[in-house]
Amino acid sequence: MNFTSLYTAFPEISLAVFAMLMLIYGVVRGERSAQTVGIASFVAVLSIMIFVLKLGFIYSPGFPKLHISAGCYGCYAFDYMFIDDAFARFVKVILLCGSALSIILSWTYLKKENLSHPEYPILILFATLGMLLMVSANDLLALYVGLELQSLSLYVLAAYNRDNAKSSESGLKYFVLGALSSGLLLYGISLIYGYTGVTKFTSLSKLFIDMHQPPIGVLFGLVFICAGLAFKVSAVPFHMWTPDVYEGAPTPVTAFFAAAPKVAALAVLARLLIVPFGSLAHQWGQIIVFISVASMLLGSFAGLVQSSIKRLMAYSSIANVGYALVGIIVGGTAGMQALLIYVAIYFINTLGVFAVILSLRRKGKSLDRIVDFSGLAKTNPLLALTMVIFMFSLAGVPPLAGFFGKYFIFLAAVKAGMMPLAIIGVLTSVVSAYYYLRIIKLMYFDDGINIFDPLPEFGLRIVLAISALYMIVFTIWPAPIIDQALIAAHSLTGG
Amino acid sequence: MSDGTITIGLGHFLIVAAILFTIGVLGIFINRKNVIVILMSIELMLLAVNINFVAFSVFQHNLLGQVFSMIVLTVAAAEAAIGLAILVVYFRNRGSIAVEDINLMKG
Repeated sequence: MNFTSLYTAFPEISLAVFAMLMLIYGVVRGERSAQTVGIASFVAVLSIMIFVLKLGFIYSPGFPKLHISAGCYGCYAFDYMFIDDAFARFVKVILLCGSALSIILSWTYLKKENLSHPEYPILILFATLGMLLMVSANDLLALYVGLELQSLSLYVLAAYNRDNAKSSESGLKYFVLGALSSGLLLYGISLIYGYTGVTKFTSLSKLFIDMHQPPIGVLFGLVFICAGLAFKVSAVPFHMWTPDVYEGAPTPVTAFFAAAPKVAALAVLARLLIVPFGSLAHQWGQIIVFISVASMLLGSFAGLVQSSIKRLMAYSSIANVGYALVGIIVGGTAGMQALLIYVAIYFINTLGVFAVILSLRRKGKSLDRIVDFSGLAKTNPLLALTMVIFMFSLAGVPPLAGFFGKYFIFLAAVKAGMMPLAIIGVLTSVVSAYYYLRIIKLMYFDDGINIFDPLPEFGLRIVLAISALYMIVFTIWPAPIIDQALIAAHSLTGG
Repeated sequence: MSDGTITIGLGHFLIVAAILFTIGVLGIFINRKNVIVILMSIELMLLAVNINFVAFSVFQHNLLGQVFSMIVLTVAAAEAAIGLAILVVYFRNRGSIAVEDINLMKG
């Protein structure tokens, strides 16, 4: 029995045990337990984030190291199936923050819409567990199992409002397309396995470095895997589920979708393309360039004609995935660092936007059309101001955090000599600035039905405050995130 | 081959799997009738992948593929259960499971 493995995977194991205990508690206590389970899950996610950070502290250079192999700051577990390096830890902290914030984000909404069941936080916990396993996977098998745990929980979450036709339709659409993408991914994995005989990332990496010309089967497998993961990050030729699922799912679930799973899938795609397939970069390069450019273009232009704020956020997320993919194309330490900084800013920015959307109610009914923002500044100046911060940040207006996310991505692209990519990125972000700024115009200069419910209680206020502060504080004191992202990028590229 | 028998090699298994996989994918996109057919197509895709894994595993004398196929079977069962559950919820709301009727949201 190797206890080191248990120690390395301690955050995941404790999250799994906790989620199952909560499930039993929820079943035994019934509907009454919804609030307790919600609070307990929030606390648990935060404590697991501390475990993740603490493990990083023990493993960091200068401290007693446990079972470290060369070239990796991290540590392997379960026969090299599981890796806990700085990259995984950085992404895990983002994911756990995203989950914790979306648990508090949902409290008011679920209570008002009469959806407060104990399953909700438990499903979020299982999805989070799947995402943690995904980003820590060092084997195609572990990757698949983590991905499925995450996806299966998300299918149920999308259809969570079971008396609502739109919600169940979005769950059904997400399920069918998600299952299709898992099938593509799996077919790709089977080809990679068949033509190499191994599934561990490190072994694959060694194999491909020695190989002069990879067999055609491996290339087919690579294409299938890219397609499968492009579905999960909702990059362009495979994006069609995103607007429908975002629109139909209950709003806090949409917030969770936009924040956490997307980051996890991007991290997995990055690890997969950089570690095992790193030496095949010119084979997957063209695919990812196409996907990235297409996502930037479609996300920016299709967003212009939307009337539902949730569909708008879906197209915005497609465009943002396009920018993040530029980081993967650039590759190397600079590209990975840019990608990590980008997702660290993006996830909290979207959560903030969704917190504003959730706060927007008229006579108890939630609003989701863009024109409903009209005149918000007159009735609720503070909420309008926070929305301005988020919109400027998403548009990439200089003093705010969102600008730095884009800055690092385009800087990395320019330094790597990929001028066209950077130019397309800048131009599309100008186009998308139109729809972000339009909301600000509606709030400040247009007259609407100036009746909004007062700002709701605690949970939403906390999320609004944290995310708005983050957007500003990052400008003044960006060092911690930039430094940590650099360490994380080093651990992935081994540079 | 010399005595008129055909040896079934890896290639044959891969072709069967590829055909099944293609049928599965086409079943999802071309099918205009019933969502249950889509669920069957998904199962077909996963089974095609299993044939791939087992065939590779046997011809390479490497057990990993069979382990993989066991896990895929388990996940496929969970996936089918969740798919059917969502479908039941959908049917309760709409009273139909025809693919043409899934149109509350454009896209």
